Amino acid sequence: MSVLRHLTRTNGLLAKVTREISKRSYADMSFTFSSPGNAYYQNANVKQVDVPSLSGSFGILPEHVPSLAVLKPGVVTVFEEDGSVKKYFVSGGNITINDDSSVQVLAEEAHPVDRLDAQAIRDGLAKSQQELNSATTELAKAQAQISFECYEALSKALE
Amino acid sequence: MEAVFSRSVQIFTPTCTHVRGMATLKDIRIRLKSVTNIQKITKSMKMVSAAKYARAERELRPARPYGKGTQSFYDRAEVTQDDSKPNHLIVSMTSDRGLCGGIHSNVVKAIKAEIAEKKPGVNFKIVCIGDKTKLVLQRLFNQNMFYSFNNVGKTPPTFADASFIAKTIMESGYKYDFGTMYFNVFKSVVSYNTTAQPIFSEESVATAEKLTLYDSIDEDVLKSYNEFALASLVYYGLKEGACSEQSSRMTAMEGASKNAGEMIDKLQMTYNRTRQAVITRELIEIISGAAAL
Repeated sequence: MSVLRHLTRTNGLLAKVTREISKRSYADMSFTFSSPGNAYYQNANVKQVDVPSLSGSFGILPEHVPSLAVLKPGVVTVFEEDGSVKKYFVSGGNITINDDSSVQVLAEEAHPVDRLDAQAIRDGLAKSQQELNSATTELAKAQAQISFECYEALSKALE
Repeated sequence: MEAVFSRSVQIFTPTCTHVRGMATLKDIRIRLKSVTNIQKITKSMKMVSAAKYARAERELRPARPYGKGTQSFYDRAEVTQDDSKPNHLIVSMTSDRGLCGGIHSNVVKAIKAEIAEKKPGVNFKIVCIGDKTKLVLQRLFNQNMFYSFNNVGKTPPTFADASFIAKTIMESGYKYDFGTMYFNVFKSVVSYNTTAQPIFSEESVATAEKLTLYDSIDEDVLKSYNEFALASLVYYGLKEGACSEQSSRMTAMEGASKNAGEMIDKLQMTYNRTRQAVITRELIEIISGAAAL
């Protein structure tokens, strides 16, 4: 048992393999996903969560290595216990994976992908491109860059 | 009031209906009208607060994970802070408006108690969210005031407000070792708890017991994580505080309306008795005057 835990600690990807080797029952992940407007999941049991983070997108399964990560604009995909897949677009936030397999994804703003308006995204993308080109100060450039990246992620999410 | 009535029967002043020491009809009538107006105001304030409370409670539900989630990370990673280190930060979180029961005074009491227990050689700075506590804290700890935010409480707080507050604290450059946020946690419609939530600095998190368990953390990630964690905690505090304030105001205004109602009943009784006494006195004067002829 201690060997298995050591393995999970060193490499999160091995978590899936070790689970198949061990005869333990399916471990549970207590998943909390919230935006200021809506708490989508609270201590829910889900199978897997894919998150876009600054250090790259990765999938979180139960018994994942504890970790902290920062969300970047992108799509959070939740694979629920009954097999359904739900997608939410997040603008940014935090991911916390604790050693008791509880996962908290706290987003600055999160909306289901099917509520995104394609036309508004296209308009926003063009506008932010313009702002990026015409930005003069460092601060304005950084803000325009952030907004441009967010719109890019939005349009990718709709594909 | 019965004693006044009995006095008015014994004291006889034939010519004038005013007796010094006893309220005249006009005084009672003015008082009655003013208390009735106050009751109308407190009733309407109660209804407005009830509506705002319903909304605040609804918005509190998705906000709770922000506080609980961040706190659970601190618990699991066993992050601690040392209160013997020199720089402390106190954030007091209430609002601008009064007539809401003991919300503001409870937070100020808790802050005063913490400051009284601080070891010598510790310097602390106070960040005040809401004007009501600013007035008291400014009087008591003038040199320690750091930032104060107003226009809190008029509209429901948003995450943008919380990130603005967090940004101001971070950009101020004040490197605190020990931070606490005082706010009211909503328990039920009639009760709330004044709580102290620790605000861990970047250093406290970086030197946490179990942080080595956490995988792939570099300085940038930790910094961004801490900034967002601070904004989350502030957001959670604002939302809980708003809900506690509206529920407390609702209870306070209901109590005030009930008291005003009791006062109106008592005044109405006094008014009727006084009116009857005046009429009786006039009758007696007329009769005794006619009998003298």
